[in-house]
Amino acid sequence: MADQTLPIHGALDLTPPRESQHTLLDILHDWVITVDHKKLGLMYMMMAIFFLLVAGAEAICIRIQLAVPNNHFISPQTFNRLFTMHGTTMVFLVGMPLVFAWANYIVPLQIGARDMAFPRLNAFSFWLTFLGGIFLYYSFIGGPGLYGTGSAPDVTWWAYAPLTAKAFSPGHATDYWALALIVTGFGTIGGGINIMATVLSMRCKGMTLMRMPLFTWLMFVNGAFVLIVITPLTAAQVMLLIDRYLGGHFFDTQAGGSATVWMHFFWIFGHPEVYVLVFPAFAIASEVIQVFSRKAIFGYPAMVAAVVGIAFVSLGVWAHHMFTIGMTSAGNAFFVLSTSLVGIPTGIKIFNWLATMWGGKIRFATPMLFCTAFLFQFLCAGLTGIMLSVAPWDWQLHSSYFVIAHFHYVLVGAIVFNVFAGIYYWFPKATGRMMSETLGKWHFWLFFIGFHVTFDTMHFVGFEGMPRWIYTYPADRGWQHLNLVVSIGGVIQAIAVLLFAYNLIWSLFKGKIAGNDPWDAWTLEWATSSPPPIYNFATDPVVRSRRPLWDLKHPEDPDWKYD
Amino acid sequence: MSAIPLVPASYEQEWHLPSKGRVGMYGLIIAESAIFTIFVVAYVYYIGKSLYGPTPQQVLDVPIFNTICLLSSSVTIWLSERAIERGNMRGFGLWWAVTITLGTIFLVGTGMEWYKLIYHDGLTIRTNLFGTTFYSLVGLHATHVVIGLIMLGLTLIFTLTGHVRQEHSERVQVLALYWHFVDAVWVVVFTVVYIVGR
Ligand SMILES: [Cu+2]
Repeated sequence: MADQTLPIHGALDLTPPRESQHTLLDILHDWVITVDHKKLGLMYMMMAIFFLLVAGAEAICIRIQLAVPNNHFISPQTFNRLFTMHGTTMVFLVGMPLVFAWANYIVPLQIGARDMAFPRLNAFSFWLTFLGGIFLYYSFIGGPGLYGTGSAPDVTWWAYAPLTAKAFSPGHATDYWALALIVTGFGTIGGGINIMATVLSMRCKGMTLMRMPLFTWLMFVNGAFVLIVITPLTAAQVMLLIDRYLGGHFFDTQAGGSATVWMHFFWIFGHPEVYVLVFPAFAIASEVIQVFSRKAIFGYPAMVAAVVGIAFVSLGVWAHHMFTIGMTSAGNAFFVLSTSLVGIPTGIKIFNWLATMWGGKIRFATPMLFCTAFLFQFLCAGLTGIMLSVAPWDWQLHSSYFVIAHFHYVLVGAIVFNVFAGIYYWFPKATGRMMSETLGKWHFWLFFIGFHVTFDTMHFVGFEGMPRWIYTYPADRGWQHLNLVVSIGGVIQAIAVLLFAYNLIWSLFKGKIAGNDPWDAWTLEWATSSPPPIYNFATDPVVRSRRPLWDLKHPEDPDWKYD
Repeated sequence: MSAIPLVPASYEQEWHLPSKGRVGMYGLIIAESAIFTIFVVAYVYYIGKSLYGPTPQQVLDVPIFNTICLLSSSVTIWLSERAIERGNMRGFGLWWAVTITLGTIFLVGTGMEWYKLIYHDGLTIRTNLFGTTFYSLVGLHATHVVIGLIMLGLTLIFTLTGHVRQEHSERVQVLALYWHFVDAVWVVVFTVVYIVGR
C-alpha cells in the first residue's frame, strides 16, 4: 500500500518539463554551475569516494612495505609522505566531504525544504573543499624543495613543531599542506553555517525541533559544532604560515615560542574532529536501525541530549593526546577524567540503539548488516579508548600500533561501516535504483572479515611494542607474522571496496527500479519521487509527528495521537 | 486513496522560523570568535616570553581616541538601523556614513601606530615573540575592520544610488551585526594587548 500514497499528494509538479539538450558538455556544465543541494551532496559524495580510493591505495602501499621485515618496497621518504597524505586525505578530503554530502542531500529533504538556506554559499563551500584537495595533491608535483622532483608533505597529519619550521621542512610541500587545510577549513565553515541556518530556518510547517528526525538533529549539532572545531586549526595554520613566510616566532623555541602550543592548538581541533566525523555515522545508524527494526527510535530525547553532551564534553579532552609530553599530575588527572566522561553519553547512544533493535522485526538487508557491525565495533573502539584515556596505560602504549588500531576502529569500524550503510540505504532515493543486494552481502562480509583481520591483529602488534611511523623493522623483533596478517587483511578490505565501487556503477545502470519508498521508511525524503525533482516538494509538506510517513500509511493509528 | 494529505486539514497552527540571514551571521560570528580565541590565547600565553626587546611597556601607547571612535561607531550604526526600520532613508544614509568615517579613523590610527612601531621603535613581526603575536592579533582584527568597511562602503554606494530601501532593513541589520561583532572583539583585543599585556 505504501507506494499508492507516495509520492505524497502535491509533491510533484506535473507540468511537462522543457526539452533539454543532453550532450556530455551540457551535463558537465550543469553540474559545475549547480547550486542544487542534491547535486552538491552527490558531488561531495563523489569527491569523498574518489579520495577514499586514493588514500586507500596509499594505505595499501604502507601495508605492503610493512608486510615483511627489512622490506624496501618504497623509500623511507616516500613512506613518510604516504602516511602523511593518507591521514590528511582521509580526514579532510574524505571524512569532511562526507559530513556535507549527507547533510546536503538528506537534511533539506527530511525537513521538507526545497534547498539549503544559502544555495550559492553551498556551492562555494564545495568548490573550496575541492580546491583544497587540488592544493594537497598538487604538492606531489609542485613542492620540490630539497628532495628534488615531486615531494608531498611528510610532516604527519598533525605536523608537530618544530618539524614544520622552514629549516627542517624546506620547499613548499608543507605550505601546500597548510594551505589545503586552510582552504578546506573555510569550506567547512561555510558548510556548517549553511546546515545550521537550514535546520533552524527552513523547516516545513509542523516540523518542530523535537519532531526532527534524529539524522537531522545530529547534522544540526554537527553543523554548529564544526564552527568551533575547525576554526582553531585554521588559526593555527595561519600562525604556521606566519612563522614560515613572515619570520614569526609562534612555534620557534629559539625565540621563546613553544612547540607545545602547537600541540595544544592542533588537538583542540583534532579531538573534537573525531566527533565531527563520527556524528554522520551516528546519524545514519539512527535512521537505518529504526527502519530495519520496524520500531521507532528508543529514547529520542535522550539521544538528542546525548549528542549535545558529547559535543560539549569532547571540547575539554584534547590533551589526552599529549600525556607523554610531561604535564602536571593535575593536568593528567583532569584529562583522564574528562575523557572517561565521554563514555557516558556515548553509552546512552549505544544502549538506545540496542533498545531500538530489542524486540523489533529485524530485517538484515545490507544497510542493517553494516549498522549492526558498527554497534559492536564502535563499542570495542570505545573500550580501547577508555583504556587509552588512563594516563599510565597511555604512557606505555603511546605512539604504538595499539593507538593506530584504536582510532582505526573508530574511523573504519564505525564511520566507514556506516557510510557504506548510508550509501546502500539512500542510493535508491538518489538514483531511483536499488544497489545489488548480492554484491552488497559479499561487500559486507569481505570488508567485515578484512577489517577484523587487520585491526584486531594490530592491537597485538602494539602490545608487542611496535611503534608507529617506523619505515621497516628487523626480523628478530617478533613482529613479522602479525604484520603479515595485518597486511593480508588490508588487501581483503581493498578487494571489498573495489567490489563496492563496482556495485555502485553496476547498480546505477542495471539495478532494480527502486520506487519511491523501497524500505517502507518514515521520514519525508521518501515522500517524494526517486530521484527527487529539483524542487523536492511542489507544495510544502506539513507534519504532525516524528514519523510523518507512518501517519500517512497508518491513518488509523497515527503517531501524533500519542504526542 | 491517492490524495491523502499528511495531516487533517483542520490542523493549523502559527509557524514562525528565525531569519536565516541572522542565523547565518551568528554562525559566522561563532566561528570567528573561535579563531580570535586561539589568537588571544596565544597572545596571553606569550606575554613576557620574548627573549629580547622591545617590550610592550617600552613601545605601546594606549590608543584611547581610536577605541572611542570604533566603539561609538557601534552606536551610530545602531542609529542607522533604527532609521531604516522606520523608513527614514536620509537618516540611515547619514548615520551609515558616520559609521564608515569612524571605522576609517580607527584604521588610519592603527596604521599610524604601526608606522611608529616599525620605523621608530624597530618592531616588526619578526623582531621578537611580542612582535609576532602583536601584529598577528591586532592585524587579524584590523583585517576584519577592512572587510567590514568594504561591506559598509558597498551598502553606502547602493544607498546613494537609491537601491537600498526600507524592505532591506533586515539585511542591513544582519550586516550591522557583523560590525557590532568587530567592535566587541576590539574590547577583548584592547584589554589583552594594551591593559593586561602592557
Ligand atoms: Cu582524542
